[in-house]
Amino acid sequence: MNKKQGLSRALQRREDVAGYLFMAPSLIFFIGFVIIPMFICVGMSLTDATLHNAAPTRFVGLKNFITMWTDKTFLGALKNTFLIVVVSVPVTCLFSLWVASATYKMHNVPLSLFRVIFYLPVVTGSVAVTVVWKWIFDNYSGILNTVLKTSGIIQKNINWLGTPGLTIWCIILILLTTSVGQPIVLYISALGNVDQSLVEAAEVDGANNLQVFWRIKWPQIMPTTLYIIVITTINSFQCFALIQLLTQGGSDTNTVMYYIYYTAFKMTEQAGHFGYANAMGVILAIFIGILSAIQFKLGSEK
Amino acid sequence: MKIKTGSSLGYRIFSWVMLILLALFFLFPLYWIVTGAFKPATDIYARKPVMWPSEWVMKNWQSLFVKRTAPLFHIFGIDGPTGPAAFRWLINTVFMAVMAMLLTCATAAMSGYSLAKKRFRGRALVFSLIIAAMALPKQVVLIPLLKEMSILKLMNNIWAVILPTVGWPFGVFLIKQFAESIPGEILEAARIDGASEMKTFTTVVFPMIKPGIGALAIFTFINSWNDYFLQLIMLSSNENYTISLGIATLQAETSVDMGLLMAGAALASIPIIIVFLIFQQYFTKGITMGAVKG
Repeated sequence: MNKKQGLSRALQRREDVAGYLFMAPSLIFFIGFVIIPMFICVGMSLTDATLHNAAPTRFVGLKNFITMWTDKTFLGALKNTFLIVVVSVPVTCLFSLWVASATYKMHNVPLSLFRVIFYLPVVTGSVAVTVVWKWIFDNYSGILNTVLKTSGIIQKNINWLGTPGLTIWCIILILLTTSVGQPIVLYISALGNVDQSLVEAAEVDGANNLQVFWRIKWPQIMPTTLYIIVITTINSFQCFALIQLLTQGGSDTNTVMYYIYYTAFKMTEQAGHFGYANAMGVILAIFIGILSAIQFKLGSEK
Repeated sequence: MKIKTGSSLGYRIFSWVMLILLALFFLFPLYWIVTGAFKPATDIYARKPVMWPSEWVMKNWQSLFVKRTAPLFHIFGIDGPTGPAAFRWLINTVFMAVMAMLLTCATAAMSGYSLAKKRFRGRALVFSLIIAAMALPKQVVLIPLLKEMSILKLMNNIWAVILPTVGWPFGVFLIKQFAESIPGEILEAARIDGASEMKTFTTVVFPMIKPGIGALAIFTFINSWNDYFLQLIMLSSNENYTISLGIATLQAETSVDMGLLMAGAALASIPIIIVFLIFQQYFTKGITMGAVKG
């Protein structure tokens, strides 16, 4: 008995040593470049730290967190960010679910082809995608205006990227093309894994296609839907490159992520207000955390 | 009574037409980049849309290459010959993506295996920490990262972009999913045969998680190549730019020369698209495995 306990203890120690030795390289990077920055982020959000360290950094408590709710620019950015999330998450889900259900029974070649095509904007990279869309939407040399004008749909050029209220929708459209790739891949795989015997049983019982979809397939792909909602929400909240390259936050397209960048690196009069930028980062992280938690809770109740 | 299965013919025609139209819409930006890069100025600024270059010219590429110059490489304090900056940016980008890929795969292979198969104390805590970190927005910690890099004297250094990419724990999670399927008996047998931990890892574990490593490698390579925000914050001088950052800078200063910008966009995207097309089977597998909730 004693001997056996001793052995299992030695074994446990062996597992501990080996386990942590194998973990060590990853943990060093993970702690160094994810965990520590998170603590710095929270810490700095309570100070008036700046980019240049000209004045000594002072602890200001929750001042940054109070200031932001009276900051009109921040509130505008928050409104735009929520608009982007509220539109792009459901549209991305429905769009990719439709594409996946229209393609997943195809043969290997057309299936791969469609999967690759819808993934291309992601691989192309945000800079190349934005540069070309900026040209497509361009007021004078953009193909959208020239096509609409030669076909007589519009008389005068539309300034797609310089009209408050319109520009944000152009950005949402571009964002959609760059965010459906991964959901489509996931849905294709999930639909392929749906238990075929249940589908057949339902069809024998006289269920039509729509009933089979909602009663049999939808519940089975629910975990995938949930995961897609979470990753799309996170990505939409972080919408940055499109804004920075297309409008620099002009035409009422400012987002929280862009405003964080602007505050930290661009704000001219207070150049580089790191404390305030980090406070907004903390708030953004809290929003995303709450939304992800709600989505998971709803999903596990179903 | 047999119920008719499958969709009606009308719906199937509708969905094929829709799919093809959508596919064309998704392909159009890429088509526009590639043709735009070879169009003469008269086509680019024409009043009526020119879908196909009236003649294929190299002028856009020439102006891209003379626009900015830089030493082609910089090793051990010695500068290479001066050439088009775009080439230097490509070299930087490939170096960054390859390094991020190798380091991520090496560290994630070991820790993913450890999390899946080693019963060490504190394992549950480490794993939940990793899952929680994955749900947090990566971009939020960029400013603290900048502070950290300036303390480490890595500002405006390509390693400031590589190291945070390696730290991101998605790879650990992905490899853990693959390593779960290694049968415990095989590991036990290797141990009884007297194989050391390292030997077990290299000869038994590694071959079994190879598909996972392949998926992670291509995933990291593409994500690192396109991680524009991180590059924008960390890199500040012409000769240290990545191709994405270089093209973004050119866009900011010459936003009217569309031909030049399309040549730049082609240079930034075509190499990574080719890599993606070659390895897309692995890539698809990585996306699906990384999503399974474990």
